[in-house]
Amino acid sequence: MNDPAIKDLLYRIADDLLIIGHRNSEWTGIGPVLEEDIAFSSMAQDQIGQSLALYNLLHELGESDPDTLGFMRNADAFRNCIFTELPNGEYDFSLVRHFLFDTAMMVRFESLCLSRWKPLADLAVKVQAELVYHLLHANTLITKLGTGTPESISRLQRSIDYGLPYALGIFEATEYDDEIGRRQLCDFESVLQLRWQHRVEEIIGRTALVLPPWTSLLPVCGGRSGIHSEHMQPLIEEMTEVFRSDVDQEW
Amino acid sequence: MKTLNPQQILVWLSEVYDPEIPVLSLPDLGVIRRVEVDGKTVMIELTPTFVGCPALDVMQGDIRTTLARHGLTDVQITVSFETPWTSDRISEKGRQSLRAFGISPPGKGNLIPDLAILEYCPCPRCGSIETELRNIFGSTPCRSIHFCLRCREPFEQFKPL
Repeated sequence: MNDPAIKDLLYRIADDLLIIGHRNSEWTGIGPVLEEDIAFSSMAQDQIGQSLALYNLLHELGESDPDTLGFMRNADAFRNCIFTELPNGEYDFSLVRHFLFDTAMMVRFESLCLSRWKPLADLAVKVQAELVYHLLHANTLITKLGTGTPESISRLQRSIDYGLPYALGIFEATEYDDEIGRRQLCDFESVLQLRWQHRVEEIIGRTALVLPPWTSLLPVCGGRSGIHSEHMQPLIEEMTEVFRSDVDQEW
Repeated sequence: MKTLNPQQILVWLSEVYDPEIPVLSLPDLGVIRRVEVDGKTVMIELTPTFVGCPALDVMQGDIRTTLARHGLTDVQITVSFETPWTSDRISEKGRQSLRAFGISPPGKGNLIPDLAILEYCPCPRCGSIETELRNIFGSTPCRSIHFCLRCREPFEQFKPL
């Protein structure tokens, strides 16, 4: 089936999940405390599994098999937003990104639960239930550390100020945005973004953290059309190193 | 050989255990959604507990091995997200097995998990409800980590989903 709008939608979400899943997996073994090591590793496992399910849907639509899609494409074929490929930095940035990204994922998957394309709606119900746990984790820690010590507050604030323009790039509209919205495959990106902003405001409002006016921010875009930051190519090389070492091997 | 029927297949499938919780059979875990028999062909539909559950591949292999032991080699397994798995699908027997294994079973009733629901978790060893939630993530995607204030020991819960 050649349905470029559905494929565009699937690639964006699947690539977001694979790349953020890879970044989160980098915390395995080096988390600041054992609980956070386990949390980021578990979320990585969820996200890479969810990306696999979405690549499977793409495969059923005639695209290559999931391993080829995940591990054999060049950086400019990936449609993830730049936010997901940024290096983990310190724990404060990883936590802030996890909060901003998973809140966006929740908004998106709630919309996908109502998608007119049933295979995606079925999967979305399942993913949404898993996201409840991601947000429980994110919201608890943002609230705790955002009302904690001067250091925890200033670290989170710095990461929010740095991360927000990238986070807005999650909602970079593609040429299919209009068709996707009209066919009710998913809500328009602009609609998702507004819902996301409200939820971010609600949680940040419980803390000593401050959000800049949304209109003062310049979104960092490009990822949805394959234009990535300098961090993407090294990420892909590391992520695919084992796979590329013996492409015909059965793992 | 007597005629195959789905009930017989389910009995054989109850010999297959969750590779990560080896006291819980697949029918008791509730991941078998459908069994159909057509001549000597068996069709099984599985629904995963978590989308990224790595045990799913192992389960499929174990199903094939087990059914082959009963002379069935034409087994078609599909994975479906239609009517997704929830923890309410774990049978009463499955819940007892979990408790005996040291894992607190999930609460029932299509729960939307929040902290209050996760935090209320009786200790699978002593039954005390004086327990603390330590981490909503655990050793596998489906488990959270708790601590019993009476036993002074950690334990796991199979998360409500």
